[in-house]
Amino acid sequence: MLFRAINLKLFVLVLAGLTIALPVTADNFEGIVPPPKAKASEINGCVAPVEDMRKNHMEKMLHQRDKTLREGVRTKQHSIAECVNCHITPKKDGSYANFGENEHFCSSCHNYAAVSIDCFECHRDKPEKLDYKHSQIKNTNPHHNDIAFSEKNTQTTETLDTIKSGDSK
Amino acid sequence: MKKITFAQIEGRSSGYLLLLGILGAFVLAGLGAAYYMEHNGHYVTGMNNQIVWGMPHVFAVFLIVAASGALNVASISSVFGKTAYKPLAPLSALLALALLMGGLMILVLDLGRADRLIVAMTKYNFKSIFAWNMILYNGFFVIVGLYLWMLMDKKMTKKFSKPVGIAAFIWRLTLTTGTGSIFGFLVARQAYDAAIMAPMFVVMSFSFGLAIFLLVLMASYSWSNRELGDALFNRLKNLLGIFVAGVLYFVIAFHLTNLYATEHHGIESFILSTGGIYTKLFWYGQIILGSLVPLAMFYHPTWGKSRALVALGAVMVIIGGLVQMYVIIIGGQAYPLVLFPGKEVSSGFFDGVVNSYTPTMAELILGLGGFAVALILVAFAVKVLHFMPVSLADADVDPHHK
Amino acid sequence: MNTKNELNNQARRNFIGKIAGVTGLALAPGFVLHQVANAKAPEDAVTNKVRWGILINTNKCATGCNDCVSACEKENAWGSASDNESHSAKEQKAQWIRKVTLTDKQTGYVNSLPLMCQHCETAPCVDVCPTGASMKREDGIVLVDKHICIGCRYCMMACPYKARSFIHEELKNQSVNAPRGLGTVESCTMCVHRIDNDGTPACVEACSSAMTFGDLNDASSKISIELKQNGGEQIRADLGLNTGVRYQGI
Repeated sequence: MLFRAINLKLFVLVLAGLTIALPVTADNFEGIVPPPKAKASEINGCVAPVEDMRKNHMEKMLHQRDKTLREGVRTKQHSIAECVNCHITPKKDGSYANFGENEHFCSSCHNYAAVSIDCFECHRDKPEKLDYKHSQIKNTNPHHNDIAFSEKNTQTTETLDTIKSGDSK
Repeated sequence: MKKITFAQIEGRSSGYLLLLGILGAFVLAGLGAAYYMEHNGHYVTGMNNQIVWGMPHVFAVFLIVAASGALNVASISSVFGKTAYKPLAPLSALLALALLMGGLMILVLDLGRADRLIVAMTKYNFKSIFAWNMILYNGFFVIVGLYLWMLMDKKMTKKFSKPVGIAAFIWRLTLTTGTGSIFGFLVARQAYDAAIMAPMFVVMSFSFGLAIFLLVLMASYSWSNRELGDALFNRLKNLLGIFVAGVLYFVIAFHLTNLYATEHHGIESFILSTGGIYTKLFWYGQIILGSLVPLAMFYHPTWGKSRALVALGAVMVIIGGLVQMYVIIIGGQAYPLVLFPGKEVSSGFFDGVVNSYTPTMAELILGLGGFAVALILVAFAVKVLHFMPVSLADADVDPHHK
Repeated sequence: MNTKNELNNQARRNFIGKIAGVTGLALAPGFVLHQVANAKAPEDAVTNKVRWGILINTNKCATGCNDCVSACEKENAWGSASDNESHSAKEQKAQWIRKVTLTDKQTGYVNSLPLMCQHCETAPCVDVCPTGASMKREDGIVLVDKHICIGCRYCMMACPYKARSFIHEELKNQSVNAPRGLGTVESCTMCVHRIDNDGTPACVEACSSAMTFGDLNDASSKISIELKQNGGEQIRADLGLNTGVRYQGI
């Protein structure tokens, strides 16, 4: 009896500990992890909802990389170059951070979580063209597709307008 | 038959600690060299896109080949029933494991992405002989570990040492065949692409492994004040002579066969006469120093009786073996790929020219570090467990050997 | 005894509940992913209905011309089009494609041709790679999966054409078309990123006279017609590798 009670308590404790300890599962980043400086944070889904991406982006990438490289599946939605094109934005002085510096979108979390990744040993860590802030290919820009304009979307009309007309900066 | 007693060495003398210290220093230096290469990238080495495998591979392949050969002594006792070698079996198996460990360490630390070792051990392309070799190397540890247990555990020895010994023997022949095939399967290069590579490597393993074993035996017995009788010593010496002669035979057969085919005249003249450093290494290092002089030393009526000279001969065999690996691995890459027979070729990517290679200190230190790892493992192990018989004097070794 | 049974039943229910909870947690991400995967139609995977090839007419290849090499350098950001590999010696720098000049020893005839990865059907580099990083796509393009390349360089030993290069130092500012990094091996990708977008390899695009690209499996493609009419040789045909790159005039 006692053994079973202890077992249950232990189980609950471990589960609670895991839930609390993983910062990526927390909704509110204030004071724990600096918010990523990318526009994508306000948009409801490009590949998947933000929650899902935070938790599972590594799994998705692990499988997608084989689909792209070995099978030649090259969608704009599932493309590390497209992720970078959008998520990596210039610093205040106009220059781009390198991977490893805190201002780089991926590093902003990975440095904090101390999880080393080697994607950018090979992949370009900055957007394709350094004078653009998002994907050049407007008509395939995922922000212009159905997900961005669905009922579940919560942007303001101003943001929607910007998305439709393209970034002027 | 007198019962053989095994015991650890005392291992408390200042000499022993000094030995561990020196070997440890080499190991640390080797690890430091590996870190230096890994951190900066291979541009700090002499290896390039023409000579892709260099000094570390020379040492690594040598140690791996020697590892399988070092098991020979144990195999002779278990598989072929020569009871005179039975006392030597545990030390032989230990040396085999240690040499393989040292060789693999060098190989892994030289990888461009050594951090992906787990990938190498979980993703296999079974058409690759390299992948098979990884399985063979890991299996070697398991099987020889098992064999060692059977040899040293008195309860197991009588019943199991022979079957496990046979399994270990077959495994190591497969392993060495696999190692030789790494080169033998390369159809593109003039210096490789020969079926004889595999059996040649097997005989090389006999020679290098026994040379190292003999030296380790002599050193460990003289430094721990234990007796090593002439009867056993002479048998090992003569056996080593046979193996050295065997390697020489295979080398002659290999080159004679190549000389017969006009298409191979280029590579043959390169190795045998026009290759500069490689030619010098082949004749002076591999043939004279590594084969002919040791043979003379082992079989000469007076020289063969001096332990010092025999030890010198064994050292020469080892140096000759390293030189042989250098000529095979690096000489084979230095000779340009023949893409357009009958044409003179030039390009911006070193086509048509003999490729140059200058080994750097870091590579040499990594190689020596691997050697030191093997030796320090043995030196430490004989203190921890009873690998060494207390006495190998003539009276103690079975005089009625088969 | 009744109480004992009840206690056991309760314990069993608790246990089943826990297991269901754990199983749910384990399966949930899979359901979400499955939904996400089905939410859009992915582009199709490549098939072996197509086999990409390049035909090079060496009679039209000018000895001093380096257009194909420059185009490749620019497209994939290596060599003179990149300030990477500054520490590497000349012999250590990567080379995806190079111009080779041939002089016949008997006749003195001078010829030149570009040499890159030949994208063999039975590529030795693919055979020898221990992890399977060196691979051939269904449409015939031979690539290095740098995600699992361990940098052993065995493929470089095996390649008859010395097509592969090893990266000897850290790289920065790679081209988005060609991920390349320290400690892995690379070679010509036949501009697979262009091909998958219905494009042509950069070298062929830049070459005004000597190079043709197309589908070897399509009898009506320009390259197939040219091969049928005027033939095309493999370099080192004796190895029987059935290369995707063919040459005329060697």
